[in-house]
Amino acid sequence: MMMVKHIENGTVIDHINAGKALEVLKIIGGPNSSITVIAINVLSTKHGRKDILKMEDVYIDKKKLDLISLIAPNATVDVIKNGKVAEKRQVKLPKEVSGVLKCLNPKCITNKPREPAVTKFIVKQNPLRLICAYCNKEFEGESLLKA
Amino acid sequence: MKHVISIEDFSRKDLDSLLAEADKMLSFVKKGKQLDIMKGKIMGALFFEASTRTRLSFESAMHRLSGSVIGFAEPASTSLAKSETIADTVKTISQYCDVIAMRSPFPGAAKLASEVSRVPIINGGDGSREHPTQTMLDMFTIKKEKGRLDDLHIALVGDLKYGRTVHSLCKAFQNYKKIRFTFISPKELAIPNEYKIGEYRETNKLELEDADVVYMTRIQKERFPDQTEYEKLKNIYRITPETMKTMKKDAIIMHPLPRVGEIDWHCDSDPRAVYFKQAFYGVPTRMAIIKMVAGGGN
Repeated sequence: MMMVKHIENGTVIDHINAGKALEVLKIIGGPNSSITVIAINVLSTKHGRKDILKMEDVYIDKKKLDLISLIAPNATVDVIKNGKVAEKRQVKLPKEVSGVLKCLNPKCITNKPREPAVTKFIVKQNPLRLICAYCNKEFEGESLLKA
Repeated sequence: MKHVISIEDFSRKDLDSLLAEADKMLSFVKKGKQLDIMKGKIMGALFFEASTRTRLSFESAMHRLSGSVIGFAEPASTSLAKSETIADTVKTISQYCDVIAMRSPFPGAAKLASEVSRVPIINGGDGSREHPTQTMLDMFTIKKEKGRLDDLHIALVGDLKYGRTVHSLCKAFQNYKKIRFTFISPKELAIPNEYKIGEYRETNKLELEDADVVYMTRIQKERFPDQTEYEKLKNIYRITPETMKTMKKDAIIMHPLPRVGEIDWHCDSDPRAVYFKQAFYGVPTRMAIIKMVAGGGN
Protein backbone atom coordinates (compact mmCIF):
# COMPACT_ATOMS: atom_id res chain seq x y z
CA MET A 1 0.00 0.00 0.00
CA MET A 2 1.40 3.39 -1.02
CA MET A 3 0.55 6.29 1.27
CA VAL A 4 0.69 9.82 -0.08
CA LYS A 5 -0.40 12.84 1.94
CA HIS A 6 -3.67 14.47 0.82
CA ILE A 7 -3.48 17.92 -0.66
CA GLU A 8 -5.51 20.80 0.78
CA ASN A 9 -6.05 22.84 -2.38
CA GLY A 10 -5.10 21.94 -5.91
CA THR A 11 -5.61 19.21 -8.51
CA VAL A 12 -5.36 15.42 -8.59
CA ILE A 13 -5.14 13.70 -11.95
CA ASP A 14 -5.80 9.98 -11.70
CA HIS A 15 -5.94 7.16 -14.27
CA ILE A 16 -3.15 8.61 -16.38
CA ASN A 17 -1.83 5.98 -18.81
CA ALA A 18 1.12 4.23 -17.17
CA GLY A 19 4.41 6.01 -17.87
CA LYS A 20 2.77 9.23 -19.11
CA ALA A 21 2.73 11.27 -15.88
CA LEU A 22 5.85 13.27 -16.74
CA GLU A 23 4.44 14.18 -20.16
CA VAL A 24 1.20 15.31 -18.50
CA LEU A 25 3.24 17.35 -16.03
CA LYS A 26 5.07 18.99 -18.94
CA ILE A 27 1.73 20.02 -20.49
CA ILE A 28 0.65 21.56 -17.19
CA GLY A 29 3.90 23.49 -17.08
CA GLY A 30 5.50 21.71 -14.14
CA PRO A 31 7.38 20.93 -12.16
CA ASN A 32 7.38 24.35 -10.54
CA SER A 33 7.57 25.61 -6.97
CA SER A 34 4.29 23.98 -5.89
CA ILE A 35 4.25 20.66 -4.07
CA THR A 36 3.90 17.92 -6.69
CA VAL A 37 3.52 14.19 -6.09
CA ILE A 38 4.13 11.91 -9.06
CA ALA A 39 3.22 8.24 -8.82
CA ILE A 40 4.24 6.06 -11.74
CA ASN A 41 3.11 2.49 -12.53
CA VAL A 42 0.69 2.30 -9.64
CA LEU A 43 -1.54 -0.81 -9.58
CA SER A 44 -5.02 -0.08 -10.94
CA THR A 45 -8.06 -2.32 -10.83
CA LYS A 46 -9.39 -0.81 -14.08
CA HIS A 47 -6.28 -0.38 -16.22
CA GLY A 48 -3.63 -2.71 -14.75
CA ARG A 49 -1.10 0.07 -14.18
CA LYS A 50 -1.62 3.81 -14.06
CA ASP A 51 0.09 7.07 -13.11
CA ILE A 52 -1.20 9.69 -10.68
CA LEU A 53 -0.33 13.38 -10.29
CA LYS A 54 -1.15 15.54 -7.25
CA MET A 55 -0.36 19.23 -7.37
CA GLU A 56 -0.85 21.70 -4.56
CA ASP A 57 -2.28 25.10 -5.64
CA VAL A 58 -2.37 24.17 -9.32
CA TYR A 59 -5.56 24.34 -11.40
CA ILE A 60 -5.85 23.32 -15.03
CA ASP A 61 -7.70 25.18 -17.78
CA LYS A 62 -9.68 23.53 -20.61
CA LYS A 63 -6.96 24.03 -23.24
CA LYS A 64 -4.52 22.02 -21.14
CA LEU A 65 -7.16 19.38 -20.34
CA ASP A 66 -7.70 18.95 -24.11
CA LEU A 67 -3.98 18.36 -24.57
CA ILE A 68 -3.88 15.91 -21.65
CA SER A 69 -6.69 13.95 -23.30
CA LEU A 70 -4.42 13.31 -26.28
CA ILE A 71 -1.98 11.26 -24.18
CA ALA A 72 -4.18 10.20 -21.26
CA PRO A 73 -7.72 9.75 -22.62
CA ASN A 74 -8.97 7.97 -19.47
CA ALA A 75 -7.66 10.50 -16.97
CA THR A 76 -9.95 11.88 -14.27
CA VAL A 77 -9.38 15.28 -12.73
CA ASP A 78 -10.38 16.18 -9.17
CA VAL A 79 -10.29 19.81 -8.11
CA ILE A 80 -9.53 19.91 -4.37
CA LYS A 81 -10.62 22.78 -2.13
CA ASN A 82 -10.10 22.78 1.66
CA GLY A 83 -9.11 19.12 1.58
CA LYS A 84 -12.30 18.00 -0.18
CA VAL A 85 -13.16 17.18 -3.79
CA ALA A 86 -14.93 20.30 -5.02
CA GLU A 87 -15.30 19.21 -8.63
CA LYS A 88 -14.81 16.00 -10.60
CA ARG A 89 -13.92 16.23 -14.26
CA GLN A 90 -13.18 13.64 -16.94
CA VAL A 91 -10.87 14.62 -19.76
CA LYS A 92 -12.57 14.37 -23.13
CA LEU A 93 -10.94 14.11 -26.53
CA PRO A 94 -11.80 17.42 -28.27
CA LYS A 95 -12.93 17.64 -31.91
CA GLU A 96 -10.18 20.16 -32.55
CA VAL A 97 -7.21 21.71 -30.78
CA SER A 98 -6.48 25.38 -31.44
CA GLY A 99 -3.62 27.68 -30.63
CA VAL A 100 -1.42 25.43 -28.50
CA LEU A 101 0.34 22.93 -30.77
CA LYS A 102 2.86 23.70 -33.50
CA CYS A 103 2.56 22.10 -36.94
CA LEU A 104 5.55 19.89 -37.76
CA ASN A 105 5.39 20.70 -41.47
CA PRO A 106 8.10 23.38 -41.87
CA LYS A 107 6.42 24.70 -45.03
CA CYS A 108 3.02 25.13 -43.39
CA ILE A 109 1.83 28.75 -43.44
CA THR A 110 1.46 28.60 -39.63
CA ASN A 111 5.25 28.27 -39.39
CA LYS A 112 5.96 31.31 -41.55
CA PRO A 113 7.20 34.09 -39.28
CA ARG A 114 4.69 36.89 -38.50
CA GLU A 115 1.78 35.37 -40.46
CA PRO A 116 -1.29 35.74 -38.20
CA ALA A 117 -2.37 32.09 -38.41
CA VAL A 118 -3.44 30.42 -35.16
CA THR A 119 -2.71 26.71 -35.43
CA LYS A 120 -5.70 24.40 -35.52
CA PHE A 121 -5.76 20.61 -35.66
CA ILE A 122 -8.72 18.35 -36.34
CA VAL A 123 -8.67 15.35 -33.99
CA LYS A 124 -9.35 11.91 -35.51
CA GLN A 125 -9.60 8.73 -33.43
CA ASN A 126 -8.64 5.05 -33.79
CA PRO A 127 -5.76 5.54 -34.14
CA LEU A 128 -5.38 9.03 -32.72
CA ARG A 129 -4.30 11.48 -35.41
CA LEU A 130 -4.19 15.25 -35.68
CA ILE A 131 -4.73 16.93 -39.05
CA CYS A 132 -3.48 20.48 -39.54
CA ALA A 133 -6.42 22.60 -40.70
CA TYR A 134 -4.03 24.74 -42.76
CA CYS A 135 -1.58 22.41 -44.54
CA ASN A 136 -3.74 19.28 -44.17
CA LYS A 137 -0.77 17.18 -42.98
CA GLU A 138 -1.67 14.33 -40.70
CA PHE A 139 0.35 13.60 -37.55
CA GLU A 140 0.32 10.85 -34.95
CA GLY A 141 -1.39 12.13 -31.82
CA GLU A 142 1.63 12.32 -29.55
CA SER A 143 4.20 13.52 -32.09
CA LEU A 144 2.99 17.13 -31.86
CA LEU A 145 3.13 17.10 -28.08
CA LYS A 146 6.76 16.04 -28.09
CA ALA A 147 7.76 18.82 -30.50
CA MET B 1 -18.83 34.78 -48.69
CA LYS B 2 -17.84 31.81 -50.85
CA HIS B 3 -14.19 30.82 -51.26
CA VAL B 4 -12.57 28.01 -53.23
CA ILE B 5 -9.90 26.63 -50.91
CA SER B 6 -10.09 22.84 -51.00
CA ILE B 7 -11.80 20.34 -53.29
CA GLU B 8 -13.05 18.63 -50.13
CA ASP B 9 -15.36 21.60 -49.52
CA PHE B 10 -17.39 20.59 -52.61
CA SER B 11 -20.09 17.94 -52.64
CA ARG B 12 -21.08 16.02 -55.75
CA LYS B 13 -24.06 18.34 -56.14
CA ASP B 14 -21.76 21.39 -55.97
CA LEU B 15 -19.35 19.90 -58.50
CA ASP B 16 -22.06 18.78 -60.91
CA SER B 17 -23.65 22.20 -60.77
CA LEU B 18 -20.31 23.95 -61.35
CA LEU B 19 -19.48 21.70 -64.31
CA ALA B 20 -22.91 22.37 -65.83
CA GLU B 21 -22.15 26.09 -65.56
CA ALA B 22 -18.71 25.52 -67.14
CA ASP B 23 -20.46 23.80 -70.03
CA LYS B 24 -22.59 26.90 -70.61
CA MET B 25 -19.45 29.04 -70.50
CA LEU B 26 -17.79 26.71 -73.01
CA SER B 27 -20.47 27.39 -75.60
CA PHE B 28 -19.88 31.15 -75.27
CA VAL B 29 -16.09 30.73 -75.47
CA LYS B 30 -16.41 28.57 -78.56
CA LYS B 31 -18.53 31.25 -80.24
CA GLY B 32 -15.97 33.89 -79.22
CA LYS B 33 -18.63 35.72 -77.19
CA GLN B 34 -17.92 37.85 -74.14
CA LEU B 35 -20.30 37.82 -71.16
CA ASP B 36 -21.10 40.80 -68.93
CA ILE B 37 -21.14 38.86 -65.66
CA MET B 38 -18.04 40.61 -64.22
CA LYS B 39 -18.40 43.93 -66.01
CA GLY B 40 -16.99 46.72 -63.85
CA LYS B 41 -15.39 44.20 -61.49
CA ILE B 42 -11.71 43.54 -60.86
CA MET B 43 -9.84 40.33 -60.13
CA GLY B 44 -6.61 40.43 -58.12
CA ALA B 45 -4.23 37.78 -59.49
CA LEU B 46 -1.72 37.26 -56.68
CA PHE B 47 0.86 34.76 -57.80
CA PHE B 48 3.41 34.46 -55.03
CA GLU B 49 4.81 31.55 -57.05
CA ALA B 50 5.39 31.28 -60.78
CA SER B 51 2.54 29.99 -62.92
CA THR B 52 1.78 30.03 -66.63
CA ARG B 53 -1.41 28.10 -67.35
CA THR B 54 -3.26 28.80 -64.12
CA ARG B 55 -2.57 32.53 -64.06
CA LEU B 56 -3.21 33.15 -67.74
CA SER B 57 -6.35 31.03 -67.85
CA PHE B 58 -7.71 32.92 -64.82
CA GLU B 59 -6.93 36.20 -66.58
CA SER B 60 -8.47 34.95 -69.82
CA ALA B 61 -11.57 33.80 -67.89
CA MET B 62 -11.95 37.21 -66.25
CA HIS B 63 -11.58 39.02 -69.59
CA ARG B 64 -14.18 36.68 -71.15
CA LEU B 65 -16.55 37.77 -68.37
CA SER B 66 -15.83 41.47 -69.16
CA GLY B 67 -13.88 42.02 -65.94
CA SER B 68 -10.38 43.40 -65.55
CA VAL B 69 -7.31 42.09 -63.78
CA ILE B 70 -4.65 43.56 -61.49
CA GLY B 71 -1.87 41.66 -59.77
CA PHE B 72 1.61 40.24 -60.00
CA ALA B 73 3.22 37.14 -61.42
CA GLU B 74 6.10 36.73 -59.02
CA PRO B 75 6.73 38.10 -55.53
CA ALA B 76 10.03 39.86 -56.29
CA SER B 77 8.16 42.90 -57.63
CA THR B 78 5.88 43.24 -54.59
CA SER B 79 6.14 44.32 -50.97
CA LEU B 80 6.71 40.66 -50.07
CA ALA B 81 10.28 41.40 -51.10
CA LYS B 82 10.17 43.95 -48.24
CA SER B 83 9.09 41.12 -45.91
CA GLU B 84 5.39 41.93 -45.86
CA THR B 85 3.34 38.93 -44.80
CA ILE B 86 1.04 37.13 -47.24
CA ALA B 87 -1.86 37.97 -44.90
CA ASP B 88 -1.14 41.72 -45.04
CA THR B 89 -0.68 41.64 -48.82
CA VAL B 90 -4.01 39.86 -49.28
CA LYS B 91 -5.78 42.12 -46.79
CA THR B 92 -4.51 45.19 -48.64
CA ILE B 93 -5.19 44.04 -52.19
CA SER B 94 -8.64 42.80 -51.24
CA GLN B 95 -9.46 46.51 -50.77
CA TYR B 96 -8.74 47.06 -54.48
CA CYS B 97 -10.69 44.25 -56.12
CA ASP B 98 -13.80 42.04 -56.10
CA VAL B 99 -12.23 38.58 -56.17
CA ILE B 100 -8.71 37.20 -55.67
CA ALA B 101 -7.08 34.25 -57.43
CA MET B 102 -3.83 33.37 -55.69
CA ARG B 103 -0.97 30.88 -55.64
CA SER B 104 1.59 30.47 -52.90
CA PRO B 105 4.35 27.96 -52.14
CA PHE B 106 3.08 27.65 -48.55
CA PRO B 107 0.43 25.00 -47.81
CA GLY B 108 -2.49 26.60 -45.99
CA ALA B 109 -1.82 30.10 -47.40
CA ALA B 110 -5.17 30.16 -49.25
CA LYS B 111 -7.06 29.28 -46.08
CA LEU B 112 -5.25 32.03 -44.18
CA ALA B 113 -6.03 34.45 -47.02
CA SER B 114 -9.73 33.55 -46.81
CA GLU B 115 -9.66 34.48 -43.11
CA VAL B 116 -8.32 38.00 -43.72
CA SER B 117 -9.71 38.93 -47.14
CA ARG B 118 -12.79 41.11 -47.71
CA VAL B 119 -13.41 39.42 -51.09
CA PRO B 120 -13.68 35.77 -52.17
CA ILE B 121 -10.41 33.83 -52.46
CA ILE B 122 -9.83 31.26 -55.20
CA ASN B 123 -6.93 28.94 -54.46
CA GLY B 124 -4.73 28.57 -57.53
CA GLY B 125 -2.39 26.18 -55.71
CA ASP B 126 -0.86 26.33 -52.25
CA GLY B 127 2.37 24.37 -52.12
CA SER B 128 1.91 20.64 -52.21
CA ARG B 129 -1.52 20.85 -50.55
CA GLU B 130 -4.28 21.70 -52.98
CA HIS B 131 -5.03 22.91 -56.48
CA PRO B 132 -8.83 22.70 -56.52
CA THR B 133 -9.48 24.61 -59.74
CA GLN B 134 -7.14 22.24 -61.62
CA THR B 135 -9.21 19.34 -60.28
CA MET B 136 -12.41 21.03 -61.39
CA LEU B 137 -11.07 21.51 -64.92
CA ASP B 138 -9.75 17.93 -64.93
CA MET B 139 -13.23 16.71 -64.05
CA PHE B 140 -14.75 18.96 -66.68
CA THR B 141 -12.35 17.45 -69.24
CA ILE B 142 -13.35 13.91 -68.27
CA LYS B 143 -17.02 14.82 -68.38
CA LYS B 144 -16.70 16.38 -71.83
CA GLU B 145 -14.43 13.75 -73.33
CA LYS B 146 -15.88 10.61 -71.73
CA GLY B 147 -19.44 11.83 -71.24
CA ARG B 148 -19.60 10.69 -67.61
CA LEU B 149 -17.98 10.93 -64.18
CA ASP B 150 -19.20 7.58 -62.83
CA ASP B 151 -18.10 4.08 -63.84
CA LEU B 152 -14.55 4.93 -64.86
CA HIS B 153 -11.17 3.20 -64.65
CA ILE B 154 -8.60 5.93 -64.06
CA ALA B 155 -4.86 5.20 -64.31
CA LEU B 156 -2.73 7.78 -62.49
CA VAL B 157 0.89 7.69 -63.62
CA GLY B 158 4.20 9.15 -62.38
CA ASP B 159 4.77 11.23 -59.29
CA LEU B 160 1.86 10.18 -57.14
CA LYS B 161 3.60 11.08 -53.90
CA TYR B 162 3.99 14.83 -54.38
CA GLY B 163 1.55 15.52 -57.23
CA ARG B 164 -1.16 17.70 -55.72
CA THR B 165 -3.38 17.39 -58.81
CA VAL B 166 -3.43 13.62 -58.33
CA HIS B 167 -4.31 13.93 -54.64
CA SER B 168 -7.15 16.36 -55.26
CA LEU B 169 -8.50 14.22 -58.10
CA CYS B 170 -8.61 11.14 -55.83
CA LYS B 171 -10.54 13.13 -53.24
CA ALA B 172 -12.97 14.59 -55.77
CA PHE B 173 -13.84 11.16 -57.17
CA GLN B 174 -14.89 9.95 -53.72
CA ASN B 175 -18.17 11.65 -54.64
CA TYR B 176 -18.72 9.41 -57.70
CA LYS B 177 -19.76 5.79 -58.22
CA LYS B 178 -17.95 2.74 -59.62
CA ILE B 179 -14.56 4.45 -59.82
CA ARG B 180 -11.52 2.22 -60.11
CA PHE B 181 -7.99 3.62 -59.77
CA THR B 182 -4.72 2.12 -60.92
CA PHE B 183 -1.78 3.88 -59.28
CA ILE B 184 1.30 3.53 -61.48
CA SER B 185 4.54 4.80 -59.92
CA PRO B 186 7.97 3.74 -58.73
CA LYS B 187 7.87 2.83 -55.04
CA GLU B 188 9.76 6.04 -54.18
CA LEU B 189 6.84 8.09 -55.54
CA ALA B 190 3.94 5.88 -54.45
CA ILE B 191 0.57 7.38 -53.59
CA PRO B 192 0.22 8.17 -49.85
CA ASN B 193 -2.18 5.88 -47.98
CA GLU B 194 -4.70 8.63 -47.28
CA TYR B 195 -5.54 8.81 -51.01
CA LYS B 196 -6.05 5.08 -51.49
CA ILE B 197 -9.81 5.28 -51.45
CA GLY B 198 -12.32 2.79 -52.83
CA GLU B 199 -11.28 0.24 -55.42
CA TYR B 200 -7.64 0.52 -56.46
CA ARG B 201 -4.57 -1.36 -57.63
CA GLU B 202 -0.90 -0.37 -57.35
CA THR B 203 1.82 -1.27 -59.83
CA ASN B 204 5.13 0.08 -61.09
CA LYS B 205 4.43 -1.07 -64.66
CA LEU B 206 2.89 1.15 -67.32
CA GLU B 207 -0.16 -1.07 -67.82
CA LEU B 208 -2.82 1.03 -69.57
CA GLU B 209 -4.78 -1.58 -71.54
CA ASP B 210 -7.94 -1.37 -69.48
CA ALA B 211 -7.94 2.34 -68.53
CA ASP B 212 -10.64 4.81 -69.61
CA VAL B 213 -8.59 7.79 -68.42
CA VAL B 214 -4.78 7.92 -68.29
CA TYR B 215 -3.63 10.83 -66.13
CA MET B 216 0.10 11.43 -66.66
CA THR B 217 2.18 13.60 -64.32
CA ARG B 218 5.65 15.05 -64.49
CA ILE B 219 8.36 13.72 -62.18
CA GLN B 220 9.07 16.99 -60.38
CA LYS B 221 12.78 17.78 -60.23
CA GLU B 222 12.28 20.38 -57.50
CA ARG B 223 10.86 17.77 -55.11
CA PHE B 224 14.02 15.65 -54.96
CA PRO B 225 16.61 16.51 -52.31
CA ASP B 226 18.93 14.00 -54.01
CA GLN B 227 19.32 14.85 -57.71
CA THR B 228 20.84 11.44 -58.55
CA GLU B 229 17.55 9.92 -57.45
CA TYR B 230 15.73 12.31 -59.81
CA GLU B 231 18.02 11.39 -62.72
CA LYS B 232 17.27 7.73 -62.06
CA LEU B 233 13.50 8.20 -62.13
CA LYS B 234 12.87 11.13 -64.49
CA ASN B 235 12.24 9.05 -67.62
CA ILE B 236 10.73 6.03 -65.95
CA TYR B 237 7.38 6.35 -67.74
CA ARG B 238 7.01 7.57 -71.28
CA ILE B 239 3.97 7.35 -73.50
CA THR B 240 4.81 6.89 -77.16
CA PRO B 241 2.70 6.02 -80.22
CA GLU B 242 3.67 2.40 -79.49
CA THR B 243 2.25 2.63 -75.95
CA MET B 244 -0.93 4.14 -77.36
CA LYS B 245 -1.49 1.05 -79.49
CA THR B 246 -2.02 -0.90 -76.26
CA MET B 247 -4.69 1.51 -74.99
CA LYS B 248 -8.45 1.35 -75.47
CA LYS B 249 -9.75 3.05 -78.59
CA ASP B 250 -11.92 5.40 -76.55
CA ALA B 251 -9.44 6.09 -73.73
CA ILE B 252 -8.15 9.62 -73.11
CA ILE B 253 -4.70 10.80 -72.04
CA MET B 254 -4.61 13.81 -69.73
CA HIS B 255 -1.70 15.80 -68.27
CA PRO B 256 -1.86 18.93 -66.09
CA LEU B 257 1.22 20.22 -68.00
CA PRO B 258 3.99 21.23 -68.28
CA ARG B 259 5.30 17.95 -69.61
CA VAL B 260 8.99 17.16 -69.86
CA GLY B 261 9.55 13.81 -71.50
CA GLU B 262 6.67 11.72 -70.24
CA ILE B 263 4.53 12.05 -73.39
CA ASP B 264 6.23 11.88 -76.79
CA TRP B 265 5.06 14.80 -78.97
CA HIS B 266 4.28 12.28 -81.73
CA CYS B 267 1.24 11.34 -79.61
CA ASP B 268 -0.22 14.85 -79.83
CA SER B 269 -2.09 14.24 -83.08
CA ASP B 270 -3.87 11.15 -81.70
CA PRO B 271 -7.46 12.15 -80.83
CA ARG B 272 -7.09 10.38 -77.49
CA ALA B 273 -4.42 12.92 -76.45
CA VAL B 274 -6.61 15.58 -74.83
CA TYR B 275 -4.05 17.45 -72.69
CA PHE B 276 -4.11 20.67 -74.71
CA LYS B 277 -7.88 20.55 -74.82
CA GLN B 278 -7.72 20.07 -71.05
CA ALA B 279 -5.69 23.30 -70.80
CA PHE B 280 -8.34 25.02 -72.95
CA TYR B 281 -11.12 23.76 -70.67
CA GLY B 282 -9.38 25.68 -67.88
CA VAL B 283 -10.92 28.90 -69.21
CA PRO B 284 -14.64 27.97 -69.15
CA THR B 285 -14.14 26.12 -65.85
CA ARG B 286 -12.52 29.17 -64.24
CA MET B 287 -15.21 31.42 -65.73
CA ALA B 288 -17.78 29.27 -63.92
CA ILE B 289 -15.72 29.40 -60.71
CA ILE B 290 -15.40 33.20 -60.84
CA LYS B 291 -19.13 33.51 -61.50
CA MET B 292 -19.90 31.18 -58.61
CA VAL B 293 -17.91 33.17 -56.01
CA ALA B 294 -18.14 36.73 -57.31
CA GLY B 295 -20.71 36.95 -60.07
CA GLY B 296 -23.95 36.75 -58.15
CA GLY B 297 -24.25 32.99 -57.57
CA ASN B 298 -24.07 29.83 -59.57
